[in-house]
Formats: sequence, C-alpha cells, structure tokens
Amino acid sequence: MKVDLTVNGKDVTADVEDRMLLVHFLRDVANLTATNVGCDTTSCGACTVLLDGESVKSCTVLAAQASGHEVTTLEGLASDGEMHPVQRAFHQEHGLQCGFCTPGMVMAIVSMLKENPHPTEEQVRQGLEGNLCRCTGYHNIVRAALAAADEEKVTA
Amino acid sequence: MSILGTRVIRTEDPRLLTAGGVYVDDLRTPELDGAARLTFVRSPVAHARITGIDTSAAVSEPGVVAVLTVQDMTDLAPPPPDDGSGGGGGEAPMPLGGPWAEPLLAVDTVRFVGEPVAVVITDGRYQGEDAADLVTVDYDPLPVVIGPDAALTSESLLFPAAGSNVPVTKEAPADDAPFDGCEVVIEQEIVNQRLACMPMEGRATAATFENGKLTVWHSSQNAQLCRLILCMALGMAPEQIRVVVPDVGGGFGAKVGIDRDAIIVAWAARKTGRALRWAETRSENLVGMTQGRAQLHHIKIGGNRDGKILAYRIGVIQDSGAYSRMGGFLPMLTCLMSPGVYDIPAVQAGYRAVVTNSTPISAYRGAGRPEAAATIERAVDLFAAEIGMDPAEVRRRNFIAPDKFPFATKTGALYDSGRYEEALDKVLAGAGYPELRKEQERRRANGDVRQLGIGISTYVEITAADAAAGETAKLEVSDDGTATVFTGSSPHGQGHYTAWAMLVQEELGIPMDKVTVVHGDTDLVPVGVGTYASRSLQLGGSAVYKAAVEVKDEARRQAADMLEAAEADVVLDTATGQWQVRGDPDTSLSWGQVAGHTSGGSLIADVSFTADLPTFPFGAHVSVVEVDTETGKVTLLRHVTVDDAGPVLNPVLAEGQRHGGIAQGAAQALLEEVLYDADGNPLTSTLADYAAITAAELPSYELIASETPTTVNPLGVKGIGEAGTIGATPAIQNAVIDAVAHLGVRHIDMPTTPQRVWTAINEAQKASNQ
Repeated sequence: MKVDLTVNGKDVTADVEDRMLLVHFLRDVANLTATNVGCDTTSCGACTVLLDGESVKSCTVLAAQASGHEVTTLEGLASDGEMHPVQRAFHQEHGLQCGFCTPGMVMAIVSMLKENPHPTEEQVRQGLEGNLCRCTGYHNIVRAALAAADEEKVTA
Repeated sequence: MSILGTRVIRTEDPRLLTAGGVYVDDLRTPELDGAARLTFVRSPVAHARITGIDTSAAVSEPGVVAVLTVQDMTDLAPPPPDDGSGGGGGEAPMPLGGPWAEPLLAVDTVRFVGEPVAVVITDGRYQGEDAADLVTVDYDPLPVVIGPDAALTSESLLFPAAGSNVPVTKEAPADDAPFDGCEVVIEQEIVNQRLACMPMEGRATAATFENGKLTVWHSSQNAQLCRLILCMALGMAPEQIRVVVPDVGGGFGAKVGIDRDAIIVAWAARKTGRALRWAETRSENLVGMTQGRAQLHHIKIGGNRDGKILAYRIGVIQDSGAYSRMGGFLPMLTCLMSPGVYDIPAVQAGYRAVVTNSTPISAYRGAGRPEAAATIERAVDLFAAEIGMDPAEVRRRNFIAPDKFPFATKTGALYDSGRYEEALDKVLAGAGYPELRKEQERRRANGDVRQLGIGISTYVEITAADAAAGETAKLEVSDDGTATVFTGSSPHGQGHYTAWAMLVQEELGIPMDKVTVVHGDTDLVPVGVGTYASRSLQLGGSAVYKAAVEVKDEARRQAADMLEAAEADVVLDTATGQWQVRGDPDTSLSWGQVAGHTSGGSLIADVSFTADLPTFPFGAHVSVVEVDTETGKVTLLRHVTVDDAGPVLNPVLAEGQRHGGIAQGAAQALLEEVLYDADGNPLTSTLADYAAITAAELPSYELIASETPTTVNPLGVKGIGEAGTIGATPAIQNAVIDAVAHLGVRHIDMPTTPQRVWTAINEAQKASNQ
C-alpha cells in the first residue's frame, strides 16, 4: 500500500507491505537508522519517536497508521546545527555509554518534558519505566532529564 | 596542568546524540547494497533427535533465496575425531571439544530451545519470518535435563559418548578438621541464578564473500578473536578474512568473540555468494545469546564467637547450559576469589561444571567473581547473625591487614594492594551507618509494616586476569600535527575514544581534538585482544602510554637533529605541544614539523604492552532497602559505594562504569532471573517476561572516591568495569535479608522478589509459632 509521511519535516512516500512497522519504514525506507529496535514486545523503548509531537514506540505502530502524520526521529531534533537541550544535557551529564537506547531515551524525555516541564526525580524515573538502558544504571540519564528541564526553564 | 583525573565529557557523544550510532544493522556501506536477510529456524524443544527436515514448502515461498541445513555444510571439514582425551575439560576459557563439541547448525540432536537448526535467506525482512515458519522439522523427544541437580543425577545424557553430564571436575578436599575446633559452624546452599546479559543491541552480523575474501561486520567485543574463530571454523587463512566491528550496543561479556549463529551467517555468505544481514530479535536473543551466572553453591563457614572466621568451604556446581563454551573457567574464577577480602586460615574451594538442556552459559559482567563475592558476603552475614555481632564488625575482625600486601590467598591469588578497612570506614561514614541502625531499631520497635534493611559488602575482584595476553597500540603522529591511535582494545560504550585521546594529550601535548582512535577492523588493527575482564585501561591504556613514550623518544631524536642540539637538551612542552631547546624559547618545533622531518613523514610506534600480574580492585558498598512485610515488596532506597580501582583517568567515565555495574547488581539481587519449566521451555524469552531492571526501580547512587595505585602497570590503574556489579549484588541481597532478620529470616536466595520475601517471612513466622 502507498503511504505518505512527513519525517523530520521531509515528505517520504513509498509503496510498502501493509504489515510494515513504522520503525522498519524509518530504517529501511527513509534510511534513518538512529531509531533502533531493542525488543519485540514494546518493552524497551529503543524505537521511541515522536508522532505528531507525542512519543510512540515505533515498533508498535504500522507505517500505514502513520501515513498522513508527522514523525520526528533523533536525526530531526537538532536545529541549525544546535543540539536540542535534551541532547546537550545527555552530553554534559554522560547520559549515554553504548548509545543504543539513547535515541529512544532522548525522544521519550523530549516528550516527557513537553507534558511536564518541571518533573521531580521520581517523576522522571516513573516516566522512563518503558525505556530500558543496560549501560548507565539510569543515574546520568535521570540527571540529564532534570538538567534539560532546568535549562528549558531558563531559556523559556 | 595534567588532563588526567579531570572530568572530560566524551568526544564520541555528539555523533551518537545527533545521528545515532552505526551499529551492524545500520550499515549502509555499498558492499551491503541489496543484501539478503538471514532468518534462523531454531529448535522449539529442549532435547530431541532430529528425524527429518523438510524445506520444500519454504523454498517455493516468494523472495526465498535459499534454505540451508547441516546437509549443505559439505564445504566444511568434519570435526576432528574424538581423541578420547575428554575434550580438554580444563580451566581455559575455551569451548570444550571431543564428545562435548558444539556444532554450527544442529547435526542430529538439539540440546536447548533456540539451537539453530536451519537458515532461511530471503530478499526481504518479513519474508524470512514467513518462510522460516514453513520449514518442517521432525523431533523425536529425549528426556530433558534442567538444573544442576538433575545434571548430576539424571540418567539422560546430553552427550552419551561422554558418559556423563559433568565435563569438568575439580572438587574441594572435604577436610573437616579446620571446622572441628570452631565454636560456630554454618552450612548453607546458595543459588546464584541464571541471568540474561541483554545488551540493548542483540547479536548482529553482516557478511560478504567477494574475490575469495570474506568480510564480516559483527557486533563484538574483539574483532581479532572473531577472525581467529572464523578462520578455524571455516578453514580459511587470516588474510582471507576481514572482521569489522562498528558501533556496538553493549556487550557485558556475551559479545566476546563470535557465536555459532554469526559464524553460520559468514558461512552462508560464502556458500551463496550473496551479501547477508542478520540482526536477531529480542526473543531470539533471550534464548540464543549466552547467559551468565547459573551457579549453585554449597558452603560451610566456621569461626569463634569473638568474630574470627577460621574456616570456609565452597563447592560450586556450574550449570554450563547445553554446550560448555568456557570449560571450567567461570567456577575456577569463583573458587580463586572465594575467600574475598578475608584472611581466613583454612579455605577449601572446588567445583563441578555440568551440562543441561538450556542456553549455554558464558561470561557476564564479572564472570565468576560476582558469584564468589555474593556467597562469601552472604556467608559472613550468616556468621555474624549467628554470633549476634554487627556485620561491619565481623568484617573488620577478618580483613587482610594493609601491611600484608602483596597477599597470597589460600586459593592461589596474589592480591597486589588493598585497604579494605579504610574502604569500609569510608562507606559506613558516607552512609551514616549508626543513624541507619537507629532508624532500623525504631521501626522494629514500632512493628512498622515497612522495615528498614541495611546491607554491607566488602569485596575484592581480579581484573585483567589474562594480563600476560596484554594489548596492542600503534600511535602515528603525522606531518599535519594530528595523531592516530590504532588500539586492539575495542570499546562498546566505555569511552575509549575519549580516554585514549586524553592519554595522548597528556604525554605528547597534542590536543584531544587532533587525536583519532581507530579500533575493531582487522585490516587496520590486525593484532589485538579486546575489551572484557575490566582490562582496557590497565592493558590497552598502558599500551597507548607506552607507544606515546616511544613516539616521544623518536621525536626527541628528530628534533635534536633539526635544532642541532644534544638530545638531552631538547624538551617537549606538553602544554603547547612544542619541542624546544631547553632555556631557549625562540627554538620551537611543532609536532607536524618534527614528523615531517622523518623519512616517512610520520612518527610511528607500534607496541604491545603486557603486565606480569592481574590487578585486584576492591571496595565496600552499603545498601539501604525498605521491605513491606505484608507484601514482600522491596524498595531500594539508597546505594553508597567506595570502589577503588587505583588512580582515575576520567571520573566521568569511571563513575559511569560504577553506575551501570550497580544497576546490574541490583537487577540480580532484586529482579532478574532466566527461568525454565521442567521440559526445558524458557519462561523468560521476551522482555515482557524477563524482569529487566528499569529507572523506576532504582535510586540515584552515592559514590565515594578512593584511589590505591597498583605497581603492575605504568598508569597504576586497575579495572573498574565490573566492580559495581560485584560489590552491589551482595550488599543489596544482605540488605533485604537484614530488613526481615528480626522476624526470624536468615537467608533468601536471589532474586529477592516479593513472592520470595513474603514466603520467607511467613515460613519464619510459622517456624517460630511451632
């Protein structure tokens, strides 16, 4: 079937299998490989992207369902070569090691801070329950989320 | 000012944060254009004879390029005949051969759920899953062996030609004399449960075979070992194989070398001539990737009521899974480190490794040492509870004293340096131990539903156990003033790009942003050992240091020639990276000028660094938990640690390693366990079932610095990669038990799930009511 998505502001049209998952569309059709697949049960969140501005796990959305909608992946987050505050905070706080969960984590936090700009540590931890990381022990990811919230507060 | 020891954020991050890493399945290199997908047909049964494989329905599916079984492996040499030597059942970290040998695709028997039986090669991703479903395999079931006890007693043998399910035995001498004089003797069975390593990126491989050269892109902790294994498995010479390791999404021991699944991918690329890709699903990963721990311990500890421990015995049964990938290596390490930080006059340690119808066991963060620490730390707490002494005080009375180093243990280790009591003092002070005990007393007196538990562990571990294997580094300074480090060490999250560049800047004064780090490509780095066993900085980092010193020596000779000065008068200003004649700032040569003066236009040092001895980092952890005595639910409130791995090169990186290690320790203590039913069906083969720990179950950690150098390498450093796991696991388990000890509970096996804790409380209360 024919699908037509806006991915990171660009139009991507393709004829795909009905069953094609959004994550495979992003990786194999749009050639945007930052979004990773870490499980097959919607448990790990590595594939988290924004669909019309809200975080979704792109392994559990069909490309067809996203047709006509806007998708933002990690590659589309920086603007004019400037990292998004969440990306910057991950760098400053050492919020990543191997980097595989990172795109999903960053997108989940971007979405979380949009809903709750000033979360407590506890709220960040609860909010990230659907995103697994095996390297960082979450310590610096949580710090990065809180630091990004602070930074957004200052710049807002 | 030295850059070493300062907080430098990572140079590798901007790329990972804006474009994402390039993991194997992300490769869009032209050689892989139009690559076909490989999908495995895996055994759904734990133990069976294969009586037939019918691929005809699958072959005629759309998009199917080939369906291959063991019958197609005619281009491979048959395995060497069993020489009757028993398959080399020793302590080297090597797969066993002989009667225990593991095939590539299953030959006529399957021995665990997930074992590769056939492969389907298709043009498209989803076509592979469709076609794999159409491969029909007839299985004639055999009796299943699950768990170490069954392996020892079952009449069913995984390898009938071997005559038993026990490939390696090195039992402890059962000498009771040291226990006879003890006022208190305690025995306990302790389970160190099976865990999934679960790097976020599963196993992934791509391969091409063109003009007689096999290129394999693989998610691994060491490209060079991959190539060696591929050479042996496929009968090829090293120059015919190139292995490339791109970004790797975590390893934790399970990506050391290359698994049979990935070798099959490489073979299939050679067989079909097609470029191939394979990236396993998580469901495949949780049955196919090697798992960790899986030990059963029987312990005996004896001592006197003054707190002095006099004798300790540990018998380990290592469940190796269906195929012994590590021989007796893991339980050997457990036995080596079994007495921990204690000066115990009599120690008896031995083991048996057994095979069972389950996923093979290999290294997982700590690999044999977390098991040792978990059990001695539990044993010390059992002893402390029995004599009614504070567990911190019992530890204090049994530590190896600081003036006894280097210390030869009863199990044959030579500890290089350690200040165990100081580490304990620091962590107790940091945690506010007396106040915590007071709060615990208050809750106990009140009969609160939520009780407080305080757990202590003091640990020592062995890092770079294969110190003599060393590590390579080639450092090249070019006439444009840039430096390139070719390292045999192989990062997958540890931050080598940053750390190695810091070492170069420190020694040569070439700024970090002019240093490039190259790794994980056997064409560029033909010789290397890799990243595992907490060895990178002490061996790979020392190699970079050694190369830098050699480059500096050569540069000094060149600069002396250029400046017409004696070598002894030529100095490097590492703040500016300029060579000068001492006391004459007008003479000044840049690195680029000096490199340009050489005949080849660059300064090169190609070195290998080996250490004579491993190193022994140590530390102390305090964990604070709250246990709901009505539901058994445990909440980890605080975790405070001292982890001493010598001088810290970059606190940002070292703390990151500690954080990750603590979380994996907490995961074992609280939640994670790979489970099988009695028929060998895995019950935790998805992330919906396997309780991987999340941010919501963990607190922020409280880290305390401590730096005791070693003398076995020029940087004075020890390994930090596994320390957090080794220290955290027993501290948290001890804390959970401590929270309910006043209710009569003396031991709870890991993971201390609500059900286990609730059951322990209720059984203790029943026992006290009788």
